[in-house]
Amino acid sequence: MGTLDLSIVDWSRVQFAVTACYHWLSVPLTLSLGFIMAVMETLYYRTGKEEWKRMTKFWMHLFTANFVLGIAGGIILEFQFGTNWSNYSWLVGDIFGAPLAIEGIMAFFLESTFFVVMVFGWNKTSKGFHLASTWLTWVGATLSALWILVANAWMQYPTGTFFNIDTVRNEMTSFSAVVFSPVAMSKFFHTVTSSWIIGAAFVIGVSSWYLLKKRNIEFAHKSIMIASIFGLAGILLAVFTGDSSAYQVAQKQPMKLAAMEGLYNGQNGTNLVAFGVLNPEKKVYNDSISPYLFKITIPHGLSLLAYRHWNAFVPGIQDLLDKSYLLTLKNGEQVKPLTTDEKLTFGRMAHQAMIDYRLAKKAKNDSLMAVNRAIFDATSPYFGYGYVTSKAQLVPDVPLTFYAFHFMVILGVFFLLFFLYVLYVGRKIEKMTWLLWLSIFSIPLAYLTSFSGWIVAEVGRQPWAIQDLLPTFAAASYVPVASIKLTLTIFVVIYTVFAVAIVGVMAHEIRKGPESIK
Amino acid sequence: MDYAFFQAYWWLLVSLLGALLVFLFFVQGGQTLLYTIGKTEMERTLLVNSLGRKWDLTFTTLVTFGGAAFASFPLFYATSFGGAYWPWMLLLVCFVVQAVSYEWRTKGGNIFGHKTFEAFLLVNGFGGLILFGIAVGTFFTGSEFSVNKGDLTQLAMPVISTWHTPWHGLEAVLNIRNLLLGFSIFFLARVLGSLYFINNIDDEAVLRRSRRQVLYDAIAFLVMFLPFLIWTLFSQGFAVDPSGTVYLEKGKYFLNFIQMPLVGILFLIGVVALLYGIYLGTFSKSTKGIWFAGVGTVLAVLMLLLNIGYNHTSFYPSVYDLQSSLTIYNSSSSFFTLKVMSVVSLLIPFVLAYIVYAWRVMDKKKIDQKEMNEESVKY
Repeated sequence: MGTLDLSIVDWSRVQFAVTACYHWLSVPLTLSLGFIMAVMETLYYRTGKEEWKRMTKFWMHLFTANFVLGIAGGIILEFQFGTNWSNYSWLVGDIFGAPLAIEGIMAFFLESTFFVVMVFGWNKTSKGFHLASTWLTWVGATLSALWILVANAWMQYPTGTFFNIDTVRNEMTSFSAVVFSPVAMSKFFHTVTSSWIIGAAFVIGVSSWYLLKKRNIEFAHKSIMIASIFGLAGILLAVFTGDSSAYQVAQKQPMKLAAMEGLYNGQNGTNLVAFGVLNPEKKVYNDSISPYLFKITIPHGLSLLAYRHWNAFVPGIQDLLDKSYLLTLKNGEQVKPLTTDEKLTFGRMAHQAMIDYRLAKKAKNDSLMAVNRAIFDATSPYFGYGYVTSKAQLVPDVPLTFYAFHFMVILGVFFLLFFLYVLYVGRKIEKMTWLLWLSIFSIPLAYLTSFSGWIVAEVGRQPWAIQDLLPTFAAASYVPVASIKLTLTIFVVIYTVFAVAIVGVMAHEIRKGPESIK
Repeated sequence: MDYAFFQAYWWLLVSLLGALLVFLFFVQGGQTLLYTIGKTEMERTLLVNSLGRKWDLTFTTLVTFGGAAFASFPLFYATSFGGAYWPWMLLLVCFVVQAVSYEWRTKGGNIFGHKTFEAFLLVNGFGGLILFGIAVGTFFTGSEFSVNKGDLTQLAMPVISTWHTPWHGLEAVLNIRNLLLGFSIFFLARVLGSLYFINNIDDEAVLRRSRRQVLYDAIAFLVMFLPFLIWTLFSQGFAVDPSGTVYLEKGKYFLNFIQMPLVGILFLIGVVALLYGIYLGTFSKSTKGIWFAGVGTVLAVLMLLLNIGYNHTSFYPSVYDLQSSLTIYNSSSSFFTLKVMSVVSLLIPFVLAYIVYAWRVMDKKKIDQKEMNEESVKY
């Protein structure tokens, strides 16, 4: 019997991260451009003007080229839970699998069926049915996002579940608790509304290129107008939902919040770091080296964000790992969370209780079974800590989480100002060469913002696959490292080919422009 | 309705998705015929556009099949995908390259040219079908894995299901019965592909070659499938006694058809319908062969899968450790989860209805050269 060594886990993580990133190159544009072209087609349906139809079709060309890339990436992600994270699949499949199955039944068929009608049905269906198909394709994509984000949110905050010692897995006890968990709701709305920024930036950027080239002027202005309204709505909602996401993180994953802020030692009335440079010398969470080289802060900002009180105590990494502290909740109530040492003890107790329970079961010793079941039920919410051998394992990559978070926030502010300004200048944008260039440049920036958000969410959650229940190093499949490296290489090669191809296809469509649409 | 009812119900749904998937493999089968039936660029354009309006339905069914298997039989999902790593991974690669091929094949600016994407379609057709058949073959022949839930607390190696060959699934290729099923699926999909072309494309040359191809592939299919079937029905099967102990029983799968007569009869009806569809495609002027062959395929595959799931049978057996074999009872999700998902499954008829409706709207008129010349949106 071999060991599930870290290289297996790490390479599995790399493979998942790489494939997820490729998938995310396509998804946000699908979620947002789908809406924009549905709005344009609605305008065509209501006014009967051919120019709206042409605009719809033009953006639809770009949408479809991008859409299939998302399909190519998505299938790998789904099956990877089984191929590379088999222990995970068994241990939480009872809860995690359900949203995936529902996603298939409810969203994927909707998307794929009406996608075909939308693309090929212009001359085969009525105007109304076609319009409905375009909307339904977008609804399908958004529903799909809902279910996969419900699943993801459950990993961050496992709720509506209990660990069944007999079946040796987590089982669902409340579907509504899983679906409507506050984390799931803020995650869904934040992810979807922030995706709109990408579609808006994309449409504005492409249209700006036409304005720079002095072609398709009317088309560009109309597209920019629709996209900037949509983008502004997206960024405003993303700010709002981002705030509630961060609030949820503070409550459910305080370690992630501490990493996001590079906060090692908490205090009452903690400041929010608006901008900062971390000290690369800081290697260990409990050394005495200062974490920052430089920072600009907003007084009491983090306390307000995390606990909705200007003077609330926000625990840092060292508080979370080594100390005992009091938290004041929004309603003024004071609670004393479990210390890490206590959680580690509970984790080990849960493991031992499971071992003893299974022995007692084999020996048919009912009373011993009952005792161990009781111990297990009381300690199993911390089951994952039973795998943890040193507290340092519980600290995520602080610099990566910190910079990703701040990068996302700073760019979020940029996009708020950007959309506002584009709306404000209106048709004058045509003469503002710098703004047109900035618009083009904002397309990659929008993607970077979105990726940063995912880095915060997923790197900040480490080492947990499922918060407190299962660390990544107990979740993987036992597959030879060489196999994982080889499949990873295959995926990287294929996706790189795809990335090159789609850039070529899109550039060609854009160069051809809407005037080529029949 | 007790736990066992829902376990049986979800096995039925997963099997139905599997059966629909095999029918929808007509897309992959059709892809392998691109150069056999399509001799000119225009003919290949007809074939690609005809298949191109269906490919994502097959794809979606595969993804939903995976999701439903994950949700309802997570121990199978964990054991099979994490263990038989290579066949599943390669299968996925075959589908990844398909996803973009239709859309990008003739798009301007595509620097790899249309031949690259046609090659991807061939990879998907050949590789996807044969690998899928081989992987499903192990449902009848068994694999080398063990499941031990007690391992969860082994800190150095907490993985509960372990594969016991270094080949991680590739060893399935060495089993002749798996290969027979792999090639059965392959030739069946080609039969269905040709029948679909007959039904969907209005072109004399395509029609003529498709009809001829149905016959060739049908013969090859029967040569592969009949030995698989007879061998499987009368060799040892993986039976489960009431206490849950798995044992080998000669003729188990044949007995299952006898002891579940409805399953047996529907299987036969499926086979007959398939053969009738083939007859219509080959020896008559009818273009409806795909419907008979399609319904026949769905019925036959569904009944084969019910055969190995029901009547005290292990659907995913282990030849390494017989007692690790998976049944629908020891590998399923909890009672509660199955119930919740069953409520969601009430949406399925609605989903089927809109798929059928959209399909009919899109296929009212057959694809022909005129449309390909006039239509601006095409693959």
